[in-house]
Amino acid sequence: MTRILGYADRISAAPGECIQVMVSCEGLEQFDANLIRVIQGDINPSGPGYREEAVALNLGGPFVGRYQPINSGSYAVIDDAPAFNTQSSLGLQALIWPTLPGRGSQVILSREDPELGAGFRLYLDSEGAAAFQITKKKGKSKRISTGKRLISERWYLISGSYDVENGTLTVVQKLLNPYPNVNVAFKVSRNVSTNMICTDIEAPIMIAARSANNQPAIDHFNGRIEAPKIFSRSLRTEEMESLVGTECEDLVAAWDFSVGMSTEQITDKSGNQLHGYLVNLPTRGVCGHKWDGSEHCWHKKPEHYAAIHFHDDDLYDCAWKSDFEVRLPDNISSGVYAIHLQSGSEEYYIPFAVRPPHGTKTAPVAFILPTASYMAYANNRIGIDVPETEIVTGRLIQMNPIDLFMQTHPEIGLCFYDLHNDGSGVFYSSRLRPIVNMQPKQIGHLGGAGSNLWQFNADTHILDWLEQLDQPFDVIADEDIETEGSEVLEGYRAVITGTHPEYYSARMLDSLQAYMDGGGRLMYLGGNGFYWRVSYHPTLPGVIECRKSEDGIRAFAPLPGEFYSSFTGEYTGLWRRNGRPPNELVGIGMVSQGFDYSSPYVMREASRDPRAAFVFEGVEEPVIGDYGLAGGGAAGLELDATNHALGTPPHTLVLASSERHSDLYLMTPEDMNDPAPGLGGTEAEIIRAEMVFFETPSGGAVFSTGSIAWSGSLSHANYNNDIARITTNVLKRFLDETPFASTTEH
Amino acid sequence: MSRYRITNDDLKHAAEFRADPLGIPGPGLQRVLNLLRGGPKSGKYVLVVKEPFKRWGLGRLPADRGQPVEIIDSLEFTSLFEAEWEVFKLRWKTHTGQDLEQAL
Repeated sequence: MTRILGYADRISAAPGECIQVMVSCEGLEQFDANLIRVIQGDINPSGPGYREEAVALNLGGPFVGRYQPINSGSYAVIDDAPAFNTQSSLGLQALIWPTLPGRGSQVILSREDPELGAGFRLYLDSEGAAAFQITKKKGKSKRISTGKRLISERWYLISGSYDVENGTLTVVQKLLNPYPNVNVAFKVSRNVSTNMICTDIEAPIMIAARSANNQPAIDHFNGRIEAPKIFSRSLRTEEMESLVGTECEDLVAAWDFSVGMSTEQITDKSGNQLHGYLVNLPTRGVCGHKWDGSEHCWHKKPEHYAAIHFHDDDLYDCAWKSDFEVRLPDNISSGVYAIHLQSGSEEYYIPFAVRPPHGTKTAPVAFILPTASYMAYANNRIGIDVPETEIVTGRLIQMNPIDLFMQTHPEIGLCFYDLHNDGSGVFYSSRLRPIVNMQPKQIGHLGGAGSNLWQFNADTHILDWLEQLDQPFDVIADEDIETEGSEVLEGYRAVITGTHPEYYSARMLDSLQAYMDGGGRLMYLGGNGFYWRVSYHPTLPGVIECRKSEDGIRAFAPLPGEFYSSFTGEYTGLWRRNGRPPNELVGIGMVSQGFDYSSPYVMREASRDPRAAFVFEGVEEPVIGDYGLAGGGAAGLELDATNHALGTPPHTLVLASSERHSDLYLMTPEDMNDPAPGLGGTEAEIIRAEMVFFETPSGGAVFSTGSIAWSGSLSHANYNNDIARITTNVLKRFLDETPFASTTEH
Repeated sequence: MSRYRITNDDLKHAAEFRADPLGIPGPGLQRVLNLLRGGPKSGKYVLVVKEPFKRWGLGRLPADRGQPVEIIDSLEFTSLFEAEWEVFKLRWKTHTGQDLEQAL
């Protein structure tokens, strides 16, 4: 049971800065809150032991527990509609592309006062048919429906009209691209009363939902809406059956969703200034009814992208009230910290980075906390929604308390590994909500036999290694790099990645590249890094977009024509498909994944190269890392290898590589143009992790492990093992100011 | 979704699984596992963690989001090997009607 949840307004803060903490309790009268430093989050009894360190800071508790709901589901709101306050007939129209017709009532366009019950709504009824309802006051509604369920994922014109003169209510649904010999247009009228219009409605106009008493919106629409319009008169027959332009008389509002694509604003083109805003980030930059394949980029032909895809499970910001504020002490050390909420046996952690004070460095080495990748996996439902998880992990799925919670609380929101309720893929992921799988102590699904950790908690193996070395380190979050650019990395002698820094924005990548170009030293202690391109929203905090275009290992494929980020207009997908393969930065790139067992590395000839002698000081055996908490070996889960065609520098030394994996390891789709037998880990040579080293200009260097499982081996035998030895050797040399040779015979 | 159908020829693979339920399977056993571990989400057996790394119950996934996982109260495991073998037998019976303990 998870009865206490929370999130913070930021994921990184400097000493002296404040963090707002939002908490929701279910059936808990009060809770305590403490600040802790996260050291080792693994609770596996076979591991090094869980470790957190209390920070002496009074956060002000105990606090009164209160329930704060999560209202998921996206919609548009037009708050103030004075131009539409007339006692007249009414016409409504919209194009829609429904995705779940028949799944309850779903509103297209509405204005209803939940107190009075008065107003109107154009909607799909619970049978999935176009319907129109007009209500004078509670209990006095008139509605009409075509009674014909719409076909999913087809464009329709929907019109509703009320003629106050003759008291006629009419609704039309018309398929835009009809099938031959199939009746696809339905028009139904009925006589109601001549006095159904209510003039004193104070409710907002809403698109894709309607107002309600106890929550912001209900009856969310699933699917796309384009060009919704309101008229202050009834529509003529020919108007109801064709899309009416914006030059039509008596037009009250005509929203053009092709305007302001990267914003949460919607624009009224009627001249009445009935502009509105979007709630919970429905998907923009999607094909509208005009899209014909002639252009694939929304900003080059916005009229083809004049639709918005609404989902009843979209969630951007829970918008909870703050329960307390934490002002970080001026002298707090940089590190990974968490607000620990506790009430009896219930607890919850809200992790964040304490970065060094702006413009300063407080240690010679920085650990990059991969917060973009944490957001990409936020509340992922891999173990719950994806039945193949058991096959790819080679063992039964284990449902931990957070999994049971997510199963019964889907309103907590989705991530890039999930599908919306309507089967469409998730493009946006936010951190302004509880992220239950981003906590110490949590167990994942893809972390291999053993501790089975993933992302945040797996990364604590690296934090613990640094702590036991007594190595001072700063922590810089992805968001710090996105916000401040390369300056935030400049001056560190070495930078260390997490286990799986998979998601990178252009600015993050540019910044890391600039750091390397300036002579930086990079320890890439993970696998499948720098894989997907993500975009941060230009104005909204805490949300990223990822569209997995073309290919790559992905939970779904975006629809054709939808490969450009709505946030920034960037082409999306693999960095490899964007001219910047990870091989150029770190020498290696993703080649395979498998989630059962990991393998050891075997030292290669290049390990004897004097250039790499420092790496293997004290290492005597050629087989390295046949142990570990992430699958029982250091090479596993997701694997990277060299590929000179993709930019691996010619002087890269392949120091060691894994030799054999199980057949649950398979090649990536981007390397598998023509599938043939023998693509599994026991046969395909490409399936291997390669540990590499190379020097960079200006005296810098890169050391890459090519395996997510690497860090799970660090603590073996109380850190007295070759994986820890190699990692420490590299760190020590990288912290030594002596420049690496910048030229080789290549 | 696997189209493979289990026959008595697969009993040797069942024996291989029983000997090491969490080992790396040979190709024949892997083919059987692809069938038994595959299938739709609804009704899929899962372990429900009662005490991390120590104690597990058995559950079945529901069809839809929002529905709770069905807990099968009668079973509890203190070993993952034991849990894997138990679920393997349940699934084998579903696919073949055969009681595996008797058949082996």
